[in-house]
Parts: sequence; C-alpha cells; structure tokens
Amino acid sequence: MIYWLLFYEFFKIGLFAIGGGAVTIPFLFDLGEKYHWFTTEQLVNMIAVSESTPGPMGVNMATFTGYQTAGILGGVIATFGLTLPSVIIIILIAKLLNRFADNTYVQTLLASIRPGVLALIIFAGWQIARISITDWLSAAIFTGILIASRFFKSSPIFYILLSAIVGIVLQL
Amino acid sequence: MQILWKLFTSFFKTGLFTFGGGYAMLPLLKAEVVEKQKWATEDELLDYFSIGQCTPGIIAVNVSTFCGYKLKGVIGAITATTAIILPSLIIITLIAAVLEKYMHLPAVASAFAGIRLGVTALLVNLIFDMGKKIFTKNPHWRLHAAIFSIAFALLMFGDVSAVLIVIMAAVFGFVPNLFGKNKIPFIKRGNKK
Repeated sequence: MIYWLLFYEFFKIGLFAIGGGAVTIPFLFDLGEKYHWFTTEQLVNMIAVSESTPGPMGVNMATFTGYQTAGILGGVIATFGLTLPSVIIIILIAKLLNRFADNTYVQTLLASIRPGVLALIIFAGWQIARISITDWLSAAIFTGILIASRFFKSSPIFYILLSAIVGIVLQL
Repeated sequence: MQILWKLFTSFFKTGLFTFGGGYAMLPLLKAEVVEKQKWATEDELLDYFSIGQCTPGIIAVNVSTFCGYKLKGVIGAITATTAIILPSLIIITLIAAVLEKYMHLPAVASAFAGIRLGVTALLVNLIFDMGKKIFTKNPHWRLHAAIFSIAFALLMFGDVSAVLIVIMAAVFGFVPNLFGKNKIPFIKRGNKK
C-alpha cells in the first residue's frame, strides 16, 4: 500500500538524514530511483520550491514528494513519517542525557558521518547537474550563478528568483 | 491548555516566517521563546540547537520537540512539532496543486529550467562549504578523506543506498577510536559550562 510505503520510507529518511535539510536530497534520489514516484527533474523543481517557501526545507520536501506521489494524504503521511523519529529520539534524549552534544562519542560519530554525507551530496549534485546543464548556454548560466553566489552571499531565494527570470528571458 | 495554545502559536509563527530551516530560525525562536515568552534562556536554546544538529532528522523539528518537551512534557513536544510543520504542509500542498496545473505553460517551464540551474549552483556552493569544513583544520582528515573516498567509490561503482553509506561512514570513523592509543574518553572535560 502506497501510504504505508511512504510512511516507512520517510521514517527511514528521518532516522538517517543527520545534519539538516539538504541532507535529505540524496535520500530522496534513492526514492525516485527505487519506486519511480518522481523524475530527477521533478525532484529538482521540488528542491527549488522547498528552498524558496517558508518552513524547514526538509519538511517542505517531504510534503511535496508525498503530495506528488499520493495526493494530500500522501503529503501528510510523508511529513509525519519524517518527523516521528525526531520526536521519539529527542524526547528520549531530553529525558536521559543532559550533555548529549558534549559527549565525545557523539561528536566522533558525527564527524565520521560527515565525509560520507559529503560524498552523498556530491553524487546527488552530479545527477542534478546532468539533467540541468544541457548545452553551452545553460553551462554558462550555471557558471555565472555559481560565481555570483560564491562572491555575494545572498539568500537562496534571491538566486532562485534570479535564475527563474533568466530562464524566462532566455526562454530556456 | 492556555500554555499549549501559546506554544502552538509561537511555533506556528516561526514555521511561517522561517525560510530554509536550521539555524535560519534561530533569531525568530530567540525572539519568541527567550525574549517574549521567557520559556528558556538563550544558552538553553543554543543547547537545543546543538543537540538538534547532531541527532537524526530535521534540525527545526528537533529543536521544536525539545522546547515543547522541556515546557510541557510529551504533549508539549507534540504541540510544538505539529505547529512548526503545519505552515509547510499547508503552503506546499497549495503550491504543489497549483504547479501541477501550470507546469505545461512555456513560461513556467522556462522559469523552472532556469531555476534548476540556480539550484545546481546553490548545491555546488554547499558542497564547497561542506568540503572546506571537513578537510581544513581537522586532525583526523586522513581518516575522513578515506571515508569520503570509499563512500564515493561505492556510489560510483556500486548500487548502494544513502542509508548504507551513512552506516558505513559511522562504523569506519567510529570503531578505530575505541582501541589502542587513539582511544577516546567518553566525556570531554572542560567544555563550555
């Protein structure tokens, strides 16, 4: 059943995506490949919408993918699945461990996960680049935005709006 | 009951006005939780963030659960968490429904073709920042470079899930620290507070 599957998959993401919203991207990639619920192109559109609307990006992504897959109820269930591990784990930690973040075991574990997460995000970025950058013009626009965003730290929303305008003007 | 309602409105507002999540919502939460309602001190709020960052799941959700729990137990945790995700649920569902209708328009399709380039650039940016954080001023950079290389090779040449990569990285990076002269103590003394 699609709802149960959505719940199960997003529960897993909530449990293993450590370190914030963008970390969910490689996991969603896996979902797209495994179940064909959405294409890579749709996934990138969802990332853009999630980054430029209010609310935590990870939650937005879950609602969007859930909706895309199984309508309104799908969105609710995916979001619930993503949130549940957090609620359980945080309540346990709040109850049991006072100085969880200072614990050296926790710190070492997190430091070890980070390079793995970096590899995951680079791999996801590569797939996204492959479907986004299709010719010389798009490669030039990509390079322009990348350089601009390296030098002028502005909010992601600004760059997403800018690239939307560029897309419309140049009729990409 | 009244305090639960206040908790709900405070976190609903934060969810509604934060873009991006994570530390982006710290200033808003500080204004609501620390300054206005006085539910926690600024130090406590920062503690919630550092714990929220190193536990599984979305940071914003973790912090909300923590605040709610500290204030009103399990029911408080559920209230705050529901409130922080509710704006997302409503807004995204509306946008997803509208987008479906207009995606076929040439102008919308062009806009999204442009947006995909922007998203790719932002992602590459994030990769640069993450890489810099991981590989500079890190005494364990050799071990971490090895973990990175193995993870990348597995992704390139094998069909490995993201979950497996996280587990692999945790095991490879953690286990060597438990033995021999590199053994780490359980709690590092002399940290803040």
